[in-house]
Amino acid sequence: MSTLEVSPAEPRFSDPGHTVINDFSLQVATVNGSGSQTANTVLMRSIFQMGVPVSGKNMFPSNIAGLPTWFTIRASKHGYIGRKKEIDFLVAMNPETAREDVLKLDSGAAVVYDEPLKLDGLRSDLHFYPVPFDKLVAPVCPDAKLRKLVRNMIYDGIVAWLLSIDMDEIRKALVKQFGKRKAKAADLNWGAAQAGHDYAAKTFTKADPYQVRRMNENVGKIIIEGNTACALGAMFAGVTVVTWYPITPSSSLVESLIGYLKRFRIDKETGRATFAVVQAEDELASIGMALGAGWAGARAMTATAGPGISLMSEFVGLGYYAEVPAVIFDVQRVGPSTGLPTRTMQGDILSTALLSHGDTQHPLFFPSSPAECFSMSMEAFDFAEQFQTPVFVMTDLDLGMNNWMSDPFTYPEKPIHRGKVLSAEDLDKLGGFARYKDVDGDGVGYRTLPATNHPASAYFTRGSGHNEKAQYTEREDDYIHNMDRLAHKFQTMRKHVPAPVVRYHQDASIGFVAAGTSDYAVSESCDQLLAEYQVPASYFRLRAYPFTRDLIDFIDRHERIYVVDQNRDAQLLSLMRLEMTPEQIAKLRSIRYYGGLPLDARTVTDEVITQEGK
Amino acid sequence: MSTTAAPPPKKVNRIGLEVLSYKGAKTTLCAGCGHNSISERVIECFYELGVEPWRVGKFSGIGCSSKSPAYFLNLSHGFNGVHGRMPSIATGAIMANRNMLGLGVTGDGDTASIGIGQFMHLVRRNLPMIYIIEDNGVYGLTKGQFSATADLGSKLKTGVINDLPPFDCCALALRWGATFVARSFSGDKKQMQALLKAAIAHNGLSVIDVVSPCVTFNDHDGSTKSYSYMKEHEEMLHELDFVPSYEDISVEIAEGEVRDVQLHDGSHLRIRKLGRDYDPTNRMAAAAALEAATHQHEVLTGVLYINTEQPNFLEMLHLAEEPLATLPQSKVRPPKEALDEIMEELR
Repeated sequence: MSTLEVSPAEPRFSDPGHTVINDFSLQVATVNGSGSQTANTVLMRSIFQMGVPVSGKNMFPSNIAGLPTWFTIRASKHGYIGRKKEIDFLVAMNPETAREDVLKLDSGAAVVYDEPLKLDGLRSDLHFYPVPFDKLVAPVCPDAKLRKLVRNMIYDGIVAWLLSIDMDEIRKALVKQFGKRKAKAADLNWGAAQAGHDYAAKTFTKADPYQVRRMNENVGKIIIEGNTACALGAMFAGVTVVTWYPITPSSSLVESLIGYLKRFRIDKETGRATFAVVQAEDELASIGMALGAGWAGARAMTATAGPGISLMSEFVGLGYYAEVPAVIFDVQRVGPSTGLPTRTMQGDILSTALLSHGDTQHPLFFPSSPAECFSMSMEAFDFAEQFQTPVFVMTDLDLGMNNWMSDPFTYPEKPIHRGKVLSAEDLDKLGGFARYKDVDGDGVGYRTLPATNHPASAYFTRGSGHNEKAQYTEREDDYIHNMDRLAHKFQTMRKHVPAPVVRYHQDASIGFVAAGTSDYAVSESCDQLLAEYQVPASYFRLRAYPFTRDLIDFIDRHERIYVVDQNRDAQLLSLMRLEMTPEQIAKLRSIRYYGGLPLDARTVTDEVITQEGK
Repeated sequence: MSTTAAPPPKKVNRIGLEVLSYKGAKTTLCAGCGHNSISERVIECFYELGVEPWRVGKFSGIGCSSKSPAYFLNLSHGFNGVHGRMPSIATGAIMANRNMLGLGVTGDGDTASIGIGQFMHLVRRNLPMIYIIEDNGVYGLTKGQFSATADLGSKLKTGVINDLPPFDCCALALRWGATFVARSFSGDKKQMQALLKAAIAHNGLSVIDVVSPCVTFNDHDGSTKSYSYMKEHEEMLHELDFVPSYEDISVEIAEGEVRDVQLHDGSHLRIRKLGRDYDPTNRMAAAAALEAATHQHEVLTGVLYINTEQPNFLEMLHLAEEPLATLPQSKVRPPKEALDEIMEELR
């Protein structure tokens, strides 16, 4: 373990050899409902505005007020925006967790804390900065009722001084946060931030090594949550029917979508909505409505999380057999019941891939960034209609609800693709059609939309018991024929799903396979393995199920494959095993993390090194 | 000159279709099943009113009743959904295409047992569709278990007595917001026709609970959903006639004896008084009448309640006039400027 030899008496930044610039993780420990969100967002934005790559992660309880919550801001000149396991800088505001938070820190970390907590006696290897928050807040916030909220802004000022964050950036971020309408609130908070800054300047001697220095990495970039990005993808995909049942962590996806639809999808001429949003009575109803709408030709979606997926099981099976398009956003979390609903997990990979009874298989898309949330959401709507089947967009709480830096999104150039739909004119030419006949050899039949103005447009939709003409049948040969066509359709999808992102390292004998938010930890781990252990690794980032053929090539070209899963049961690995030969399976190793926090690189690296026997 | 007699002209309706265009596949239900009579009524009514069959969307759940949409309106799209969840499919489909005339057919198990939740929320939303409950108090496809509409004290073929009170689907629909609530008997052709036609014209949710005896599992002594029980206990609220919008309404009627309710499309439901003075626009009176009938072991049939003022769900959503399903890209994908604006806000 490396220790930082920094004398507390050392003047601020006097020794550049010991400063750590733009490479640290800062954690604010508070109580939820105390209004710390504003202070944390402002702090993060200020660093972002200084051009330094940054990410913010909120680890919050399933509760409205009074339980511990932690917000972690990572600044990284290298551009790493995954969770960093080690906390370098702690702001301890929660008396309940302060002791444990401090004891967990690595030697050399900095601690800003509420003075009455007297944390400095706990350890001698940390840099402590006690702050009398209550004394400081009283003069800047005469209204005693508001003090609880405003006192958090004081630590922004303190931290700004300690980390050399430009106060102008704090001010700018505050204005952005409150908007023009709440100028008074912005002023009040600005006063608090300044009071903190003044106090720090007067009182402290900079002793820890961490510092923010301006970079130019964030030009044009945005800060956005994955849920908002999915919502935007859905809107620009032309979604017309949105059905949902509120569930953490997916609720903000639909709430954000509703906001945007109201702004951009009310017809200017008629004042009428080009969309319908329904808050359903439960997830059974929300998927039922989405399938009814998709069947009738709408671009339909619902958003949910694991418990909702469980409830949707029967309907999704019907969607598979009746071949009805719909897009289901699954913002994965831990569960069920009161089971860590506010913690992240890749918990639904197996259950969604094979959701429902009988032989069912469903395409899954795995975005790993907001930009992919946006683009893959759009792709998902096209894909659902192209293949006439429910499609799952698999994000998770980490991606969905945390703040991410991103390049701005690109406006879609490709027109909307509605798949094989026969119009009245087509029916005039054809005379009729067989709904489930594989005319084109891709396993996908032609459909008509209900209420098409043509006597030959109708067909009857039901579960698995139908023949090519959508007539009821219980015949063995009809059933097998249909099942084989559905299997063939699934094979066709392999060529059309979002392609993986593959990085081969020419000297690598090991390779990673990962999906979704595991990307951040795995990418960083590849660098750690090379820099710290001289172990080169290739990396195959899956972006969809069914898997593309090049996954097999990747496995064949390496001796050992580390499949990274954010769940206990190696769900991604298990899904891969279903398609592999015994020789390929023998190469698969598993790296699993299931503690409910976003996966970090160190955990991955340590596990690889252990398994590699180094 | 020899002449051969020209074949008699085929009988067609207002839009030039024969009744054949309104038929479906051959029924696979038991001979004498009340549901088959209801299917017949559907065929007649849609034919007689000249509804374009391809404008109709048929919806059902699971059970004997839910099989029946295959036995009428072959030229209509149909969706046989999962058990008890037909309302959600219909809601999605009708939102997607507001030009669709939704016709749901369900049973007492499908609606009052497994589907009570979706039924209640459908009622609450006043989705414009027809919702027929083919109510026989028993599960047919699984061979004769009680459903939640089985009356207290009614007896199964096996001798089992029902000791739980029933859900009255009409009372529930009335209480939670349906704008057309009716009860009928599958054996009453005239009343069924008038009700079904009025439901086709109604702008909102029409719930029609039809006692439709199961000849195989619930038509014996001790059953309260049998043909003979209905013959003895049916109490008609009024006589009903339907006058379509394209027919003249100006027939002389005796004041006080007849009430005409004008429906959304200009047609009329003509309600002729029988023994009692019943006002089907009074929801509280309807609830009281249902409650009283239960105590007197009467099955009230007719229009229990009608409200032509309440906006339907699509109107509340303020949807575009054109169906959402077929809106062009120019209407559903905002322009690049919109994305630029949003990106700027997120910087």
